[in-house]
Amino acid sequence: MANKLDEEQRKKDAYQRLVARKKPKPRGFRNFVVAFIVGGLICVVGQVVLSIFIARGMSQDQAAAPTLAVMIFIGALATGLGIYDYLGEFAGAGAAVPITGFSNTIVAAAMDFKREGYVLGMGAKMFLIAGPVLVFGIITAIFVGAIHLLTS
Amino acid sequence: MAAKRVGKRTIRLQNPPFIIATGTIVGPQEGKGPLADDFDVVSPNYTLGQKTPEQAEMRFLEEAAKIALEKAGLQPHQVDYMLAGDLLNQIISSSFAARQLGIPYLGLYGACSTFAEGVGLGSMIIDGGFADRVLVAVSSHYQTAERQYRYPIELNIQRKLTASYTVTGSGVAVLSNQGQGTRVTLVTVGVVLDLGIKDPNDMGSAMAPAAADTLFWHFSDTGTRPEDYDMILTGDLGRVGRVMLLEVLKDKGIILEDNYNDCGLMIYSDKQKVGAGGSGCACSAVVTLGHILRRMQNGELSKVLVASTGALLSPLSYQQGESVPGIAHAIVLER
Repeated sequence: MANKLDEEQRKKDAYQRLVARKKPKPRGFRNFVVAFIVGGLICVVGQVVLSIFIARGMSQDQAAAPTLAVMIFIGALATGLGIYDYLGEFAGAGAAVPITGFSNTIVAAAMDFKREGYVLGMGAKMFLIAGPVLVFGIITAIFVGAIHLLTS
Repeated sequence: MAAKRVGKRTIRLQNPPFIIATGTIVGPQEGKGPLADDFDVVSPNYTLGQKTPEQAEMRFLEEAAKIALEKAGLQPHQVDYMLAGDLLNQIISSSFAARQLGIPYLGLYGACSTFAEGVGLGSMIIDGGFADRVLVAVSSHYQTAERQYRYPIELNIQRKLTASYTVTGSGVAVLSNQGQGTRVTLVTVGVVLDLGIKDPNDMGSAMAPAAADTLFWHFSDTGTRPEDYDMILTGDLGRVGRVMLLEVLKDKGIILEDNYNDCGLMIYSDKQKVGAGGSGCACSAVVTLGHILRRMQNGELSKVLVASTGALLSPLSYQQGESVPGIAHAIVLER
């Protein structure tokens, strides 16, 4: 019996090694470059928006919040128009990491689950993708805040 | 041994049923592929005028069934059984379409292998003398599959090179004990095989061992070799699974040559951004019933082996860290 199990395990290991050897590797370099450029361009848009608010007489700190709101709106709009998923397919992390990508995760889930109703569908499942980011983001913030408090 | 059994896993049908009519309908992505002209209907959208993707998938299946019945010149009440399956939880597309048709209904689940499973079972029911006519229907839908197995449709996510693209559409075959043309002659039922592949984005590699096993036993049971067939097809192994299948079969001493192809690779062109290729119940169904059957009717092909492949995972199972079990069933079409 033990021998048979060993045999099974050897077969599995051999096949998993074959798959690991033969399966296509992600195009690392291309993905880095495209993510860098697209992510950078999104940040340029953010910078322009920020500069406009500052030019209209806001301080740097005051301008941050409305800039984020504008970028979140742009991400949501592009998601609603069905563009942002193509950008994600093309640019990977370049589209996912800026706040427009965060906005996309919430709006995409909201759009998807709206069909199951506003309460049990959209309301309950809007944070399906963004939820973990919020949970662990807030927990990390609490720890960092505590360290800051203790060391200053 | 039972009279119609051959070898270990295969059944030779004594009165091989005819495929008297087919209905195939596909979505927009398949409409851009090289086989577009072989399908009865190419829908320019994913919705077919429905509010939700799930309702749309049900409509796809219902439409394909209506087309097939119309071509066969049959009313639903003239069909003895409807065997149908799809990928959604509780196979709602099939059951809800069956609700409209009113044919005595048996629901199937074999993931993407459901097409060969249905045709095999339907053929056995007819050959066994339990029915004169059986309708076999399967469907899949890009958006419903994405929603159930992966992420919201509009989410920004980069498709892995090993991930497949679910075919939108439905394929329906009407089998009958009388008729002419293409017949189902052999059925090989596969076992569930799991070699521990855990990546739900690489179902081709998860299914390849099952496909290799079923093909191996088919050849061994029937005493045939790959070159005895005009064409050998796997369902939806895709670019990656295809390579694994060839490797595993080579280890078993079977070399597949140019007469081998994968439905998931045939349905889209290289230019379409579909990852490793097409997948889903509809993949092997529409390629076989639309494209292959047309070529058989033209006399280009006379003996074709189709092995539909399925990955028997659920979103729950892979989140709990389970590996992905695979299965494959093979049918032989002859004219």
